[in-house]
Amino acid sequence: MRKLLNTLYVSTEGAYLRRDGLNVVVEVERVEKLRVPLHLLGSVAVFGQVSLSPALMGSLAEAGIVTAFFGTNGRFLARVEGPVSGNVLLRREQYRVMDDGPDCTRIARAIVAAKSLNQRSVLQRALRDHGSALTDAARDAVIAAIDRMQDIARRALHETDLDRLRGHEGEAAALYFGVFGHALRVTDPALAFRGRSRRPPMDVPNALLSFLYTLLVHDCRGALEGVGLDPAAGFLHRMRPGRPSLALDLMEELRAPLADRLALSMLNRRELVAGDFRIMENGAVLLAEDSRKTVLTAWQERKREEIEHPFLKERTSLGLLPHLQASLLARALRGDLDTYPALIWR
Amino acid sequence: MLILVSYDVEVTSPGGARRLRRIARACKDYGQRVQFSVFEIEVAPDQWVLLRARLVGEMDPVRDSLRFYFLGSGGRRRIEHLGAKPVVDLDAPLIV
Repeated sequence: MRKLLNTLYVSTEGAYLRRDGLNVVVEVERVEKLRVPLHLLGSVAVFGQVSLSPALMGSLAEAGIVTAFFGTNGRFLARVEGPVSGNVLLRREQYRVMDDGPDCTRIARAIVAAKSLNQRSVLQRALRDHGSALTDAARDAVIAAIDRMQDIARRALHETDLDRLRGHEGEAAALYFGVFGHALRVTDPALAFRGRSRRPPMDVPNALLSFLYTLLVHDCRGALEGVGLDPAAGFLHRMRPGRPSLALDLMEELRAPLADRLALSMLNRRELVAGDFRIMENGAVLLAEDSRKTVLTAWQERKREEIEHPFLKERTSLGLLPHLQASLLARALRGDLDTYPALIWR
Repeated sequence: MLILVSYDVEVTSPGGARRLRRIARACKDYGQRVQFSVFEIEVAPDQWVLLRARLVGEMDPVRDSLRFYFLGSGGRRRIEHLGAKPVVDLDAPLIV
């Protein structure tokens, strides 16, 4: 099993990262804050006004460590990475499958079905944990959504048309986010969920979800590059310049277990409160700078939790799931597996 | 796996200061300095082969000594630290 390499997050304004031997050194106002050997890192993520020396960027790229730059609010800006690696034959197969209807749909439907089932289990979990605290109407709505999502997943598995499959996905998402607010136990109206909104997120749960999705897509992208797949050429998501379509595909099945659950538990356990968010003039809600560290810490801790992989039957950490799924996807494209076994959370 | 590397280099001998510097440099590249001549190093077996060869190549076996303590993968749990010079857990979330 490969080791879960750490991610270095730097979000202190004015931090400077430089190379010293085989170490990354983080300085803030000329004071050394942290020194990490390169071989322990899988990626570096920097937020806001943080700079890196060219020598460090070169060493990171050479060591296969991806550096990603994010804006102060967590929006992805740019990546620096080394030479394209991996197998050209695998990538050719990826493009072929993308253009070929049946093979493409086969992979996409595994993803859509898994995504709906994973969203469904988030709702089931909420119902188990605090269903009794919900009003009758809310509980009925959640139960109805759970039933219909199961049905959508079943239909998705037999869908042969890619566009209709995307329709199923949208339907499941609408059902899920229609009742997602009931999974929140906090009563503070400032933390209420008012339907999925993004660019910009208009309430606290959306702001948190968007931030976590940004982190997840970064991990998925790195995982795909790690196995030599092109993160821009997706099956479910249409290609568009600049969009990491395949990373978004890979992320679909992982959103609910990795990001949504973490968002819910952080709010439900009051690890984040209304004061951790800022409301902008246009109504957009953003995670405050200091609170980003709370979320980053929780995200890293969550990635260290272990589970048994449902398909591989091996113990693994949640943080390795994007890497394992990416390698399963590569095996499916090579023909070593009949189809892509998308991750279905128990 | 976690390895504790400690060394004694005879700096008064010819080239001693240079050997000390280069041994420290090698340890620093892969691990964390926890005391003056003591490093905690978390490496994969293949990386250890490289580092070990580098250390052995730098030392003078007649004058210097190197000690490697193999603490295994759960080694961090067997360490207790008191007092100054706090150590960073490089496995924990790295957030600055």
